[in-house]
Amino acid sequence: MAHAEGQHHAAAAGHHAPAAGEAHVEGQQHPLGIYFKIWGLLFVLSTLSYLVDYFHVQGYLRWTLIIIFMLLKAGLIVAVFMHMLWERLAMVYAILLPPLLLLVLLAIGAGEADYTFLTRTTFFGKANAAPAAPAPQQPQRPQPAQKQ
Amino acid sequence: MNQTSSSGTAETVPLAPGIEGVVADWSSDQRAFKKVPWGKAMMWIFLLSDTFIFSSFLISYMTVRISTTVPWPNPSEVFGLEVGGVEVPLLLIAIMTFVLISSSGTMVLAVNYGYRKDKVKTFIFLLLTAALGATFVGMQAFEWSKLIFHEGIRPWGNPLGAAQFGASFFMITGFHGTHVSIGVIFLIIVAVKVLRGDLDKMKPGFMTGRKGTYEIVETMGLYWHFVDLVWVFIFAVFYLW
Repeated sequence: MAHAEGQHHAAAAGHHAPAAGEAHVEGQQHPLGIYFKIWGLLFVLSTLSYLVDYFHVQGYLRWTLIIIFMLLKAGLIVAVFMHMLWERLAMVYAILLPPLLLLVLLAIGAGEADYTFLTRTTFFGKANAAPAAPAPQQPQRPQPAQKQ
Repeated sequence: MNQTSSSGTAETVPLAPGIEGVVADWSSDQRAFKKVPWGKAMMWIFLLSDTFIFSSFLISYMTVRISTTVPWPNPSEVFGLEVGGVEVPLLLIAIMTFVLISSSGTMVLAVNYGYRKDKVKTFIFLLLTAALGATFVGMQAFEWSKLIFHEGIRPWGNPLGAAQFGASFFMITGFHGTHVSIGVIFLIIVAVKVLRGDLDKMKPGFMTGRKGTYEIVETMGLYWHFVDLVWVFIFAVFYLW
């Protein structure tokens, strides 16, 4: 019979000795408390990032806060909900390192887009590119596109 | 086939921890991912590929948004809701975010009760997760129809500003919504398998000859949390930016 039982961290009813369970294919079982804590934390972080928008925080502070909350939430989900915290490093690295390549794409994309923006404003001018519809409706928000 | 034997000789050889373990695992016989059912490793690799798909979408969105000389429509206003005559910014999206996070929470409980072989509780939490997922999709349908029919937003242009807004919005949220919808369907399938006792009887699933175990609940959970994870990024870079 396959050992699908989880690694019982708490005093849950494991019916094989911890030492014997070491090399089995194991499920992830952890005390419920940690899930509830992370769940609550995700709610708090989401509320905070919503409040950033609600109170019209602008400029660099806005981007900093949004990105910090985003990364914290992502980290909590991957680490605890997806159990990366308890996996063996061989898999953690195999899954989490490749996405770092995307930073290259991000940098290339940002550089290229800045250049496109520059050429557009140089050769077409801002006036020609104005929308047909009413004027920009958000004077309080600087055009974020140029902030990169 | 006895699935325990798939971890082979590792039964007797203790696995090295840390970086040493990484080298040992990768240079070992048979399999690099120790102590992980194959389905879970494959799900992770699928999710890795999905990460690249969504990242490509988000990065191309960034590119068109930076390069446009036309003002970008303000998401805070576009996605606002009027409550009692007061316009609350981004309210709909905030509610959708909380719904999805809650569904992640119920999913984690389902996985936990699954490993305890508590059929009824696992079933209830899986179904609750599916219900929250369906709620999310429903709200997204509401959001789409609002944007299409009332705001006149199209993939090729819109009256609010930059033409690229519609294309980015429909592409990114559409792809994410599709993922959620597929997730809801599979959640229901897994829930039924759990309640019917398929996993206790180790009946193989419809796409595999392998015996069903409660690990499929965790694998399902990985997919579901990933959907939530993607939403975290969409929420931050598309709606809050």
